[in-house]
Parts: sequence; C-alpha cells; structure tokens
Amino acid sequence: MVLTVEEVRKIASLARIKLSADEEIRHAETISAVLDYMNILNEVDTTDVEPTFQVTGLEDVFREDVAADSGRQALILGQMPQLENNELVVPEVFEE
Amino acid sequence: MNLNELTIVRAAEGLRSKKFTSVELTRTCLDRIKKRNPEVNAFITVCEESALREAKAADEKILKGKSEILTGIPFSVKDAICTRDVRSTGSAKILDNYIPPFDATVIRKIRESGGVLIGKNNCDAFGHGASNENSMYGPVRNPHNLKMVAGGSSGGSAAAVADNMCIFSIAEDTGGSIRQPASLCGVVGLRPSYGRNSRHGIMPMASSLDTVGPITKTVEDAALVMNVIAGRDKMDATTVPELVPDYINEIRNPKSEIRNLRIGLPKEYFDLPGLDSEVRDRTLGAIEKLKKLGCEIVDVSLPHTKYATAVYYIIVPSEDSSNLGRLDGIRYGVRAKARDLYDLYASSRADGFPEEVKRRILIGTYALSAGYYDAYYRKAQQVRTLIRRDFDEVFKKADALITPTSPFTAFAIGEKSSDTLAMYLADVMEIPASLSGMPAITVPAGLSKNNLPIGVQVIGPRLAEGRVMQIGQLITI
Repeated sequence: MVLTVEEVRKIASLARIKLSADEEIRHAETISAVLDYMNILNEVDTTDVEPTFQVTGLEDVFREDVAADSGRQALILGQMPQLENNELVVPEVFEE
Repeated sequence: MNLNELTIVRAAEGLRSKKFTSVELTRTCLDRIKKRNPEVNAFITVCEESALREAKAADEKILKGKSEILTGIPFSVKDAICTRDVRSTGSAKILDNYIPPFDATVIRKIRESGGVLIGKNNCDAFGHGASNENSMYGPVRNPHNLKMVAGGSSGGSAAAVADNMCIFSIAEDTGGSIRQPASLCGVVGLRPSYGRNSRHGIMPMASSLDTVGPITKTVEDAALVMNVIAGRDKMDATTVPELVPDYINEIRNPKSEIRNLRIGLPKEYFDLPGLDSEVRDRTLGAIEKLKKLGCEIVDVSLPHTKYATAVYYIIVPSEDSSNLGRLDGIRYGVRAKARDLYDLYASSRADGFPEEVKRRILIGTYALSAGYYDAYYRKAQQVRTLIRRDFDEVFKKADALITPTSPFTAFAIGEKSSDTLAMYLADVMEIPASLSGMPAITVPAGLSKNNLPIGVQVIGPRLAEGRVMQIGQLITI
C-alpha cells in the first residue's frame, strides 16, 4: 500500500479528524488505490510547463475596505454553539 | 397539464395573464413534494410556510403590474448554497442546525426578482460525489426508477426538477455536479464558465473550479435564469468584468448563423473504454441532427483527456481540505462534547462529516504536506495547463464540442458506492471542461432501452454560454 495505517493516523491528526480503527484501515486502502491511480501523471512530461492556479487571468482585484453595519449581529450570534453575555465560549487554548 | 409540470416560460405566461396565481402554482409543487419526497428524498428542508408567504407577495406584485420573469416561480436550491433564514446543511450533520444570516448572491438576485424558495435539495455532502449516496440525509432516488441513483452531487436538484416538485433549481458544479445528475435524471443543466456567476454564499469545495448554475426543464429556461443570476459581484473577486449578454437573444440566433457553426467531435471521448453503446449512439444521433441543420462536423483531439480525472482528484481534495478547515464546531454548526480544544475539533469533524468528506480532506492534507506538494499538487496544476492548451487548440478549429455527458445511464444504488475509484471515474466526461473553466450544458437526448435518460454535453469556449445553450436547444427541439 502507498499509504500505511500509521500515515493515515498522522494525516488525520493534522486534519483534526478522529478516526476509528476500522476507518483508519479503510482510508489507508481506498486512498492508496487513489494515489496509485495518480501515478498516471508521471507519464506526462511537464518540464517548463507553468502550473494553472486559476483560469480567469484576473489579478489584484480590489475593493474599498469599508466597515458597514450588516444589521445581522443577532442572527450571527444566534448561530454560535455556546454563548455567554453575547460572547462565544470556547475551550481554553493555552494549557496551564 | 398540472401547474407544477410547467416550464418557467409557460408558468410566467400563466401568472401574468392571471390564469392562475403563484399561491396555486406553489401549492401544486408543495403537494407534489409531499407525495413524492418520502420516496425520492430530493429535499432536506421544505419551506411550506415561507414559500406560501412569498407566493402571496409575488401575486400582489403581479397584480400591481410589477412582475419580472421569475416573479412567483417556485424554485429549489442545493443545500450547499446559503439561503437566509432557511437551514442550509450542505448535507452534512456538522451543519445540521445552521441557518445562514445571508443569501448567496445568486439566490438574493432570484429572491429580489420575486422567485419563491420552496425548499433545499439533498446533495452529496459539500458536493463530494457522483451518485448522491454521500449525503448524511440518505441517498436521492432517481424519479425515473427508484432503485437507481439520481447522480451527484446535485442529485436532489435534478430529481426535484425531473419529478416536477419545483419549476427550476439552482445548483453547484465543480467537476460535473450539475451536469451528471441532470443527465441521469433527464433534465437540462448548465455549468457556466468559471467566474461568470458569483459564488458568494456557495459552500466552497474547490475554489479554483466551483461554479453555480441552473437545472431546468428546457434550455430556454436555463437562459432565463442566467439572465437573472449572471454577472460581476463585489463579494466574489473571481467574477469576470465582461458584460452579460441577453441569453434569450443569443439562443434565438438566426438559422444562417447555425449553418456556419463548426461542431467538434473529440475522439478521446468516443473511444473511452466503458462508454455505454446506447449513450454513444444517442450522442451521434444528436450530432447527425446538427449536421442536417447545416453545421459542419469536424473531428478533433484532446490528447490529455485521460489525465484529467487524476489531475482533478489531486486539486479538488487539496483545495477541499483547506476550505473545509472552517468547519470546526467553534463559531457555528454542531459542536461535539469534548475534553479540550483538540478533541472539540476532532470530534465535531468526526461526527459531522460522512466518510467521503473525511477521505477528501485526508487526501488533500497528504497531497499538500511537506515533501509531497511538488509531486502531487504542483504536478497536477502543470498537467492542468496542458489540458487547457488542448481546449485552446481545439477551439481554433471548432466553435463547440459535442460529447456524452456521462459514460453510462443511472446505475443502481449501492452498485459503485464501495469502489472509490470507479465513482471518481463517473465524471470523466465532465472534468476536462471544468479544469479549463469552460461552459458546458447537458441536454436530454432520449431514453435507453431500460427507460433511463441519456444526456448529451455541449462544451464551448470561455464565456460562450449563449452558444452552448443555442446548440443545446437545437439538439432538444
């Protein structure tokens, strides 16, 4: 397999996704098959070929950075999973 | 004919001439949803109350003589597109309770012109899939045969239009997510050029590929919707400044111009192993029809076609893994109970994403990680350049290309769901145009022996939406 279960575990940790042992094995198998298929690209000579990151050709699109009142604060706050005095509650970021 | 079976054109005529009201039209759609949705599963959320309220307001607008083309027309929206005050899950449980405080720009335009939002369509979660089996709200069933998939990722939108649960739908297409389900359900689906329509408010999947467009019953309807939604948006910096033409005018070009059209047949699409012979024959039939109308048929080649799917499944998961980082249970959506911050992220994402979303994030995280970036992401973007050059060359010899939309008709639910790679290859005909930013439409071209719809795809050069719609219309009439 191109990708081992240990590697899947490491990537999942980087991507912040908890996986069960079964899922780790399944992802190692299916992702290995996909990565194996990607090898087809090695047939293509891409020496001196510029990568395509976008297709519109637009560059440096600007607009004025002006603050505006959306009038939607209550709606936005209403979507937050845990609120206290209209402030978002999150677990502590720095451990003692 | 029942009101819910009408096209936009006919429904708008009926509303304006006061043959029926928008409330009546909306009720027939809601009745159809009630009757059929338990089986088809095309809707995650139905907005019965607000739809009837919007319909009433539209009727008043019509009475005052202030109606626009979409005023009073019931439409549905893929659930991966944000709708103000209406739950938008993206078909994933992590957003099960999410009610956007804003409308996507294209939705705002339709609602401002009086369109009636009837509900939100099931899809593969965040657009990840080609069969609508990756939804956390169950698969969508094909209205033509309930044992079959509706296609994906916008399966609910295509099924809702095909089954007359709404008059039209708005969906999103990254690699084929409008065209493939539209083809499998026998309706019209337009992927516009990248940058033609605003993506503001569309849950992002692969930012360099995502587009938003209509699924409709006729090509004329698609042109009408494009007239309302196309154009530059200050909230989406990738929208292009070119003026939006009147697409209805464009599809009504005089016959003399049709005679001068050169239609390209890319041989790689017709030589594809696994191309169903009935699909091939129907596509050739559509080409024959265009030839009789006076179009010139030219054989062309897009030599890098076979690499497109590999390129796509590197670029998309890479951009996906970055875009989906925002869904972490912190500011909105469903937050899992957790011991600490890491556990909060990892558990919210574990519970809230289906397997395919996790797989894409893992592939993308791997492809972008140190040591693999050049081998995967950069290499894919270089081959993408060669695929684009193929199209640039071909469009010197042809004004548009005709291909099948999907290599096969709708397949059975469960048939391909355990084979990741086979599912990825389902979009092989649609991915190259996506990678190149070209517009493409699928139009229905009859039924197979098993009574399943077959779709034909028209691909045009950038910003030639009018031309692909015109040719699509010639194939359907």
